[in-house]
Amino acid sequence: MTGDMTALQLVLTGDPGLFAIVRLSLLISMSAVLLAALVGVPVGALLALTRFRGREVPIVILNALMGLPPVVVGLAIFLLLSRSGPLGSWGILFTPQAMVIAQTVLVAPIIAALTRQTIEDLWIEYRDELAAMDVGPGRRIVTLIWDARFSLVTALLAGFGRAAAEVGAIIIVGGNIEGFTRTMTTAIALETSKGDLPLAVGLGLILIFIVILINAMAWAMRHAGERYAG
Amino acid sequence: MINRRTVMVAAAFAAAILTTPVCAQDKSIVVSSTTSTQDSGLFGYILPLFKEKTGIDVKVIAQGTGQALDTGRRGDSDVVFVHAKSAEEKFLAEGEGVKRYPVMYNDFVLIGPKSDPAGIKGMKDIAKALQTIKDKQADFISRGDRSGTHIAELALWNKDAGIDIEKEKGPWYKSIGQGMGAALNTAGASNGYVLSDRGTWLSFKNKGDLQILVEGDKRLFNQYGVTLVNPAKHPNVKKELGQAFIDWLISPEGQKAIASYKINGEQLFYPNASDPSA
Amino acid sequence: MRAAASDLPLMFVEASIVAREVTILDRVTLTVTSGAPTILIGPNGSGKTTLLRAAVGLTPLSNGRITWGGRNTEMPSKSAIMFQRPTMLRRTAAANVRYALAAANVPRGQREEQAAELLALVGLGELGSRPARRLSGGEQQRLALARALARDPAVLFLDEPTASLDPYSTKAIEDIVLAVSARGVKVVMSTHDIGQAKRLAGDVVLLHRGRLIESTRAPEFFVTPHTEEARKFIAGELLV
Repeated sequence: MTGDMTALQLVLTGDPGLFAIVRLSLLISMSAVLLAALVGVPVGALLALTRFRGREVPIVILNALMGLPPVVVGLAIFLLLSRSGPLGSWGILFTPQAMVIAQTVLVAPIIAALTRQTIEDLWIEYRDELAAMDVGPGRRIVTLIWDARFSLVTALLAGFGRAAAEVGAIIIVGGNIEGFTRTMTTAIALETSKGDLPLAVGLGLILIFIVILINAMAWAMRHAGERYAG
Repeated sequence: MINRRTVMVAAAFAAAILTTPVCAQDKSIVVSSTTSTQDSGLFGYILPLFKEKTGIDVKVIAQGTGQALDTGRRGDSDVVFVHAKSAEEKFLAEGEGVKRYPVMYNDFVLIGPKSDPAGIKGMKDIAKALQTIKDKQADFISRGDRSGTHIAELALWNKDAGIDIEKEKGPWYKSIGQGMGAALNTAGASNGYVLSDRGTWLSFKNKGDLQILVEGDKRLFNQYGVTLVNPAKHPNVKKELGQAFIDWLISPEGQKAIASYKINGEQLFYPNASDPSA
Repeated sequence: MRAAASDLPLMFVEASIVAREVTILDRVTLTVTSGAPTILIGPNGSGKTTLLRAAVGLTPLSNGRITWGGRNTEMPSKSAIMFQRPTMLRRTAAANVRYALAAANVPRGQREEQAAELLALVGLGELGSRPARRLSGGEQQRLALARALARDPAVLFLDEPTASLDPYSTKAIEDIVLAVSARGVKVVMSTHDIGQAKRLAGDVVLLHRGRLIESTRAPEFFVTPHTEEARKFIAGELLV
């Protein structure tokens, strides 16, 4: 992929280098969101439904973690995964796997916090009826998560937006290796510093397009939720 | 919509991503190198040739020389390929590297705006040019990132121009802590002077008003060396594959490949593996 | 389903609920037997809702006890409650009823059919596939009734089910209640509407400030009430 062609030409000719970068970006962010959901949704739901002393503490911490600076997360994971670090034997520094891990750490608190809020609000609404119908704790969690699914998917989309847009964490743990760990955001950072602005702008436009698409999906999701379930 | 099957498919997808071994895990090495070798496009040109010959995938982490050597020290790379002989020798002295091989050289050039506020255009003496810049307090952009270029720049100030730049700098001296491209961008945007390696300069796409003002001084010579990270200290280093890369770089074939890399007909790097003093 | 001999009588024995120094139920002693509906009446805040919630175990007693059929059970197995402002689950009307059936352990294969029957019973046969939250107030109340009946209760508790409904919907609910009662389900219902109490009651229970004032069979209560408060309430005076 040369920077001599304009960004538009690259997109229109289906330049494989460009699309490899876009594909990698989507793959990494989507994987991170899925993993983060696997962790975040149950944690959020449990936090919403259990009562124990000092419950406000984990809730406040979770909300604070939503604002974790990506570079700090990147640095922390870098230190963990470096060969000279505690998890060095895994040998996954400078690989896409490390990038997925970093983004999962960034996104999981968002999903957990939003899940907690959503489930807690719905629980307050459903509590009496579910108790009246003699619904046990297992079925209760499933019902709440299912009935709140549109809001939860919106939370996942928010997480994806965060992951797709960040560069600080993945550039540190991924190393921005060409053809291997270079994503849209890291490529933009690189091409900008090289002065290849048309290419950087082109990637930026694609990225913005994706972000808009995500937001449109979130809106459609809320709309569908209202239409379907009232 | 979101039903059980979608969830299963998505989960399988994520699992596949995560368990797929790093592709070509077996035949690949990690080389920590400088931004100049990457930004100039040299790696983009010679690495495919190397891969075709040996099937080895070279993954390049482009950092400043200082960082690249640190990556080697942590054992996170197999080979280091940088351009600061003093730092490389320190690396060897610490037992972090096996042996240093000279590979190629290029030169630094002093870049500045067409308007040349310090009036140094065409000077043949880099020390005098830097002195003039300081006297005129013209904006000078330093990479400030412990890269080979940064180390060379400091040597030019301190050793050649006799200026203790750390003590004598003023607001005109801007240390940005970033790579060559960023430094050039900053120089262009603020009408300042900057020391750059010729390779990055030639392939830089945002030249704007900037041009080469001083070149050719022997002290602007910039030597690149390659070293295998010491497998005795870092058992994970892929020493055969790493050595294969080094061997290829200094082989006639590799040296020819380096020499044949040109931008707009101009050669960027000059192979000199056979020079024992390099 | 006929109220099993083992479920009734439902007895409150000196049942009290005190919350934050406010007495909500004050040593209520009451026996509910099978037969025609038992109607709880009284001004707002008299404890009607709390008494119903206590009966189904939603609100714990501070003192006293509740027994079913002579046993000391906290959570009755075959009872159902319908709230004054029922919450619709975010799904279709039929799905709401199917959910209640599932929670009552009705086998999966029978749920669809039984849901259709229940919806027909409450007059929502055509609206099964509509999102429940988009039903009208009266329709939602009837759906809640269908959900409660899905539990095949021996005793059905209703908390002011028609308080916010128009006369048409009110009549619809009352008809269903009477039909259900005729089929052997014991109905315990609260209301602040004297007329409704007259229309539906077998027994009338008057509560005031958490205390049981009077419990009498219907015709007698309205013609010759035993207590001064009852007389005032029937006459439409405010009980303070």
